[in-house]
Amino acid sequence: MVYTADKPHLAPSSDELRARIPGWGTDLDPANRPGVPKMRFDPAASGAHWEIPEQQEEKVPRERSIEHERLPPVFGTAQPLKGLSGRIRRYAYERYSEARSIHWMLLILGDRVDSIESQVSSLLALKPDNPITETGVLAEFRRGGLSSRLGKNRADGSHQWIAGLLVAAPYVLTGVALVSGIRRLARRR
Amino acid sequence: MKAMVYRGPYKIRVEEKDIPAIEHPNDAIVRVTKAAICGSDLHLYHGLIPDTRIGHTFGHEFIGVVEEVGPSVQNLKRGDRVMVPFNIFCGSCYFCARGLYSNCHNVNPNATAAGAIYGYSHTTGGYDGGQAEFVRVPLADVGPTVIPDWMDEEDALMLTDACATGYFGAELGDIVEGDTVVVFGAGPVGLYAAKCAWFMGAGRVIVVDHLEYRLEKARTFAHAETYNFVEFDDIVVHIKHITDGLGADVVIDAVGAEASGHFLQHVTGSQLKLQGGSPIALNWSIDSVRKGGNISVVGVYGTVPSAVKFGDAVNKGLTLRMNQTPVKREWRRLFDHVRAGYLKPSEIITHRIPLDEIAEGYHMFSSKLDDCIKTVVLPAA
Repeated sequence: MVYTADKPHLAPSSDELRARIPGWGTDLDPANRPGVPKMRFDPAASGAHWEIPEQQEEKVPRERSIEHERLPPVFGTAQPLKGLSGRIRRYAYERYSEARSIHWMLLILGDRVDSIESQVSSLLALKPDNPITETGVLAEFRRGGLSSRLGKNRADGSHQWIAGLLVAAPYVLTGVALVSGIRRLARRR
Repeated sequence: MKAMVYRGPYKIRVEEKDIPAIEHPNDAIVRVTKAAICGSDLHLYHGLIPDTRIGHTFGHEFIGVVEEVGPSVQNLKRGDRVMVPFNIFCGSCYFCARGLYSNCHNVNPNATAAGAIYGYSHTTGGYDGGQAEFVRVPLADVGPTVIPDWMDEEDALMLTDACATGYFGAELGDIVEGDTVVVFGAGPVGLYAAKCAWFMGAGRVIVVDHLEYRLEKARTFAHAETYNFVEFDDIVVHIKHITDGLGADVVIDAVGAEASGHFLQHVTGSQLKLQGGSPIALNWSIDSVRKGGNISVVGVYGTVPSAVKFGDAVNKGLTLRMNQTPVKREWRRLFDHVRAGYLKPSEIITHRIPLDEIAEGYHMFSSKLDDCIKTVVLPAA
């Protein structure tokens, strides 16, 4: 190919496209695109009838990014901080800004600790986690696990098995630890 | 009430939870009639988004009926059928006053970089989502809209995120007449982006994926030219070949953090969480767009760094545009397109399941079983 100043003629004509594709070109004019320009000052457009929303009551101490100077007026109240995971997460929020990778790594650590804490508490509450039903793995049988993959030449075939390994590993490792602990105890006796 | 709850990576179950209460004078409580599972829910499900707490209810695509309103709510009343944009926003801050509803500064204590989203971890504000029988809808006078009588409920549901995000993705591409537009990803957002690129005057729309059933949908729903990247040694070189060596004018990344196609990037980014997602589609976008071209990113990425080929983007003089979609701003025009018959958002729905089967629904969607593209969850079924 030779590179010239012309735009390559690769597409059908606009008339042809207009005839073939429903709605072709209806938003060709940027004036028809609601996101153009990106920022357009129009405070009335949202329907807000306040300058600042009323402040929501803070019934339990609410963690916040140190980049916020005050608690925003509206916030979610789902799953308040608790346990060791709560302490880790609170430290991440109180100590590090969002610009620091450690802020996010601590939050991910908190997630994993939360996972362990919740499995234990669920077990104690006699509502133990069921890895078979909770992973939905039975869909492999009900939704054509084999037929969805065999002969399909999918790019995710090379790595999907890792997810199974990551989910199963904590259970396998816990099982191995329990068995080896019981064996040691038995040997001592 | 019954609600989907997160139990750790790859694990969810349905539990009994308290019905949410009014917590702010402008709250509404909505009884969810239909919810959907979004591709970005999979990032939560896989444990990729920091501060995703055990017990969290996902779901940012939902419609329902207003059950109760707070004392300052003026625009909604009990019994209204509403569609709720996935963004929670105040409508009055610096960003909202300029139309950037997805970047609201008044609703997310946990982060300033992210706005607030229903059921999307505490990183986006700590609000439970709509894959449940009831949901708290804050700032009810600015977010939800009554579903027009003429609109199909499943179309309304798709407009709460995926369809609006697809349109927004095309919009961010700054498409001009005759442009060649490449869309990476034939999931719901990619399909809608491809469809909407025509509205903006694209001359060619090319969709790239590795799932043949989704590429088939791209051909029939979005009238797109399609390529399966598995069939090519190097999809970037192929795109150069079919664009006379220049590359595409516009590329839309509709894949985000869990892209396949490069083993090491996927494993480090998506499985081991050592990056904020695997940026394969973004790197392919950078390399397959022409110099001076535009890249639109509507795929979702995590909050820690990813190995992005930024040097190529600089050398090529690219414009990269991205955001979470300010959904409600897009609705006016999308309503026009749906009413005119140019767009039928519900055409991509492949599965409808009761809430009780949601764990298998997530596995099916995550593992791409049964030709799944979009799943609707029915809390009352």
